[in-house]
This record gives sequence, C-alpha cells and structure tokens, in this order.
Amino acid sequence: MNSLSEVPLAYYLLLSGVLFACGVLGFLIKRNIIAIFMSIELMLNGVNLSFVAFAAHWHALSGQIFVFFVMVVAAAEAAVGLAIIIAVYRTRETLNVDQINLLKL
Amino acid sequence: MLHLPLFLIFGAICVAGAINLLVQRHPINSALSLIVVMASLAVEYLLLGAEFLAAVQVIVYAGAIMVLFVFVIMLLNAGEEEHTQGSRVALLLGVPGIAIGGVLVAWTVLRHSNTEAVALGALPGPPKDVARLLFHDFLLPFEVTSVLILIAIMGAVVLASKPGAIVRDRRPEPAQEEKRELAAVGKER
Repeated sequence: MNSLSEVPLAYYLLLSGVLFACGVLGFLIKRNIIAIFMSIELMLNGVNLSFVAFAAHWHALSGQIFVFFVMVVAAAEAAVGLAIIIAVYRTRETLNVDQINLLKL
Repeated sequence: MLHLPLFLIFGAICVAGAINLLVQRHPINSALSLIVVMASLAVEYLLLGAEFLAAVQVIVYAGAIMVLFVFVIMLLNAGEEEHTQGSRVALLLGVPGIAIGGVLVAWTVLRHSNTEAVALGALPGPPKDVARLLFHDFLLPFEVTSVLILIAIMGAVVLASKPGAIVRDRRPEPAQEEKRELAAVGKER
C-alpha cells in the first residue's frame, strides 16, 4: 500500500450514483429535448465511473474496455439522436417535448 | 496522501456541474456545465489509474460529442425553456422519497461494500495493456464497432438532411401549409 491508496471503492460508487440520479432527475424535469439528451449523457458518464472504479478494484482491465465501448456507442447515439432532433425540429418547429406528442393517445 | 483530497475536490466539482445542468434554463449553459462534469470525471479516471480512458474521455466526450451538442443548439437557435407548473403531489411525495432512497443506498453501499482501499500502486491500466486487451481479446467487438459507427454516420446524414435531398425522385417535399398544420396541431394539444 502506498500513500495514494486511501479512497474506498464506496466513495466512487456513491459519486457514480449521484451522477446517475442527477441524470434521471434531469431526464424527468427538463422540457427542452436537447437538455433531456444531455441528461442521458450524464447517466452514461455515471455508469462509466462505476465501471472504471470496479476495474481498478478487481484489477481487471476489461472494465476499462467496456467503458471504451460505451463511449463508442454513446458517440454513435449522440450523432443519430441529434439528427433526429433536427428532423423533429424541421417538422414541428419546436424543441419543447410537451408539444411533440404525435404518438400520444 | 494526495488522492483523497483530489478525489473530493473533483468529485465536488463533478456534482456541482451536474446540479448546475439541472438548474440552468438555457441549453447552452447546461452544455457547458456538462463539459465541466466530463473534464472532472477525466481527472477521476486518472486517479483510478485509467490514463487511456482519461484521454479518450476528454477527446471524445468533452471534445467531439459536446461539439455536436453545441453545434445543434446553435443551429436550432434553442432558447430558454418555458417553465411548467409541476404537480404538488409529486413534490410532496417525491422529495422525501428521493431523500430516503438516497440515504438507504448510501448506507448500504458504505456498510456492505468492503471499504478496503483501492490499491493504486498496483493498478493495471497503462495504455499498453489496454491496447493488448483491445486488439487481442476484444478484437471482434472492436471491429464491429466500426460498422456501427459507419451505420450511425449514414443514419445521421439521412435523418438530418432535408426531406427530398437524398431521395430526389417521386417524393415531393411536403407543402408548406401542411407543415404549419402539423405544428399547429402540436401546439393546440
């Protein structure tokens, strides 16, 4: 044990949980569709932090590889999602999710 | 010795950025606070010994993805979101519920996880080992992601281009009044 080894795993998990909870809260209370999308990215970041913390805890590098793949999928998701937002804005001319309700009963 | 203060400082910056993302009304401010969150998460990755991931976090997340977000915010000229009146029941039940749930989760994690320290000196995670794992054990998923990215790029181009710009034949652009009608229907609901 060197001097750098004093943060317990639980602290990282708590930080990750707080970030994820902030993402969920933003997803629920935000009205702008771009802000909702950013909340999803925040949730992905929270999960990534717990992946890296567990990878460090168990000395298993595959956790970091998983984070790498999550980042790749998040990049693809951001590209497609923002394109969908542009398409929605082109037809509905609004970014407010309360007014994007064609699928609502 | 330095690890715990650094963790606390950048964790606090991270949480402050996340809460600022929730509080801000204008999407560009939310985007900038999300960049703060991602940059401080990169420092947390460095503290955990994941150097490669810290670099990728800054380059891909704080760089590429957030540039896309800011670009779209400016392209669509997104203004402040209007405030809607939340329900009273949700406020009365939700806030204590969130508090109780958070305390329970924190108590469980702190109690039942073995709180032995993360040994940082013996951490694997230099880029050499990551690269060996990525290009040997995980070679097939790595190659498949290239197909995924290609499909995502094509999908983004198709979705974001004007209707009729790609399929040029036999699909006239919807008439302007029809679009207005669609938007009007959405607004009156």
